[in-house]
Amino acid sequence: MNIKNKKWWVALFLGPALFFITLYLLYPLLHTIVISFFDKRSEAFVGLENYIYSFSSPVMRAAFRNNLMWLVFFTIGTVGLGLLFAILVDRVKYEKFAKTIIFMPMAISFVGAGVVWKFIYTYRPVMTEQIGLLNQLVILFGGKPQGWLLRGPWMNNLALIFVGIWIWTGFSMVILSAAYKGIPKELIEAARVDGANEWRVFLNVIIPSMAGTIISVMTTMVINVLKIFDIVYVMTNGNYGTEVIANRMYKEMFQYRNYGRASAIAVVLFLCIIPVIILNIRREKGGN
Amino acid sequence: MALRKASARFILHSVIIISLIIWIVPTLGLLITSFRPAEEVNSTGWWTVFSSPLDFTKYTLDNYRQVIKAGGMGIAFKNSLIITVFGTLFPVLIAAFAAFGLSRLYFRGRSFIYALIVSLLVVPLQLTFIPILKLYNILNLSGTFTGLWLAHTAYGLPLAVYILHNFFQSLPDDLFEAAFIDGASTWTVFVRLALPLSVPALASLFIFQFLWVWNDLLVALIYLGGSGQVAPLTMRLTSLVGSHGQDWHLLTSAAFISMLMPLVIFFSLQRYFVKGILAGSVKG
Repeated sequence: MNIKNKKWWVALFLGPALFFITLYLLYPLLHTIVISFFDKRSEAFVGLENYIYSFSSPVMRAAFRNNLMWLVFFTIGTVGLGLLFAILVDRVKYEKFAKTIIFMPMAISFVGAGVVWKFIYTYRPVMTEQIGLLNQLVILFGGKPQGWLLRGPWMNNLALIFVGIWIWTGFSMVILSAAYKGIPKELIEAARVDGANEWRVFLNVIIPSMAGTIISVMTTMVINVLKIFDIVYVMTNGNYGTEVIANRMYKEMFQYRNYGRASAIAVVLFLCIIPVIILNIRREKGGN
Repeated sequence: MALRKASARFILHSVIIISLIIWIVPTLGLLITSFRPAEEVNSTGWWTVFSSPLDFTKYTLDNYRQVIKAGGMGIAFKNSLIITVFGTLFPVLIAAFAAFGLSRLYFRGRSFIYALIVSLLVVPLQLTFIPILKLYNILNLSGTFTGLWLAHTAYGLPLAVYILHNFFQSLPDDLFEAAFIDGASTWTVFVRLALPLSVPALASLFIFQFLWVWNDLLVALIYLGGSGQVAPLTMRLTSLVGSHGQDWHLLTSAAFISMLMPLVIFFSLQRYFVKGILAGSVKG
């Protein structure tokens, strides 16, 4: 193959991809950073004003607080339950069936899952028939029906976070299960023969053997949670104190047409993700 | 000892079965509700059907009729299909070209280009919306299928290139060298050798991208705006939640329509599906 000919092949194979990458990802990325320093119509330079708004306005502070709640509970919930299921279903005959059921929510959209759970959380006033399953169960156990999505900041945010956990636990279960099955059985047996109970085996053998996988699943979950949008948009649209960063960005963009603020919030979102990724790359390099 | 072991087994099975119930019941409740008449949905819980589950007079298809026609879910299904088919084909095809070029054509700067494309995997899509929307408004592309196809193509590329590049790299070099020595052109090697060999990788990627586009709400909201005529299922369902927030007989049937395609793919192609999801977990 001669040199001139080769250039044409390279252009043919890479041209389309480079066109899309440049136009839809690289250029907008840089442009967004620039307009984050400009006013709502991208006309006047306003310095750091949009960033000050992003960190100090009450709505954004509430969004940060909620994203932090998501970060803690969603990550612990998905990774914790994923690990628990991975270890438990390994001991029963219907493992495959159980895994299928837990993984299924990964197939449906966040919007669909949002409607599924909004229905479960439906609230009717006391003394009328409840049509939401959760309130019916509460009454069954002698409690009072609640407006699960109305009362904040704990109850409604946790109700939303649980929907996220319901969707993503299957994902972490599948990955953690593969790692769990990779632990040499002799290692676990040896610990048992030495007299360790199941809890000690879990803490001293299983967890250390799976540490790398657990951390990488956690990273995935943290990145997911920072960008969480659909669940909140469909179920509460950020009302009653459930706002999150990505939903606020959408509102600034479409509801208030403030491109400066929306851009600054998008940049802030990216800045939150970068350290997580750097930590992960460092760990992977160190591990090798 | 035997008693302790038996009770441990009992606890094990109970924990798993209770969890399975939590995971399956919400979707089941949705499905049952979608077949119940409006007045019953509003007056009694869906679990009451279990008192006489085989009394088929309690069920109806009216909700589906209503959301498909008046609710616009029929058109939305068609829109979702149009958006998703091309929003999946384009990126996978373009990525296959690029990944092949990056792993089998030797030219200067290729590792830089590869690193650049893969590093874009971590950029939140939010960072790209405003400039592209401004551009779309000038080019009259907002609110069109074309605009959405192009956006999904670009957003799908980094992951698709990453997966396919890894795959092409894993194929033995000798295979390609032998083909080139035999006088095959780059094109022939790509179409006759590389593509057929990568069918498993393409299948997983295809399924991931298909579901990603099918289930996407955000990208559609941004680039389609308020245009109801082109709205996919996720958007239509979201607007029904806004306009019919308490009409659960309609919302449940609309939600189930939107879940139908993903569930069919999930149960029929589970193996590829799991692989695709695992590979694509970090996207967007």
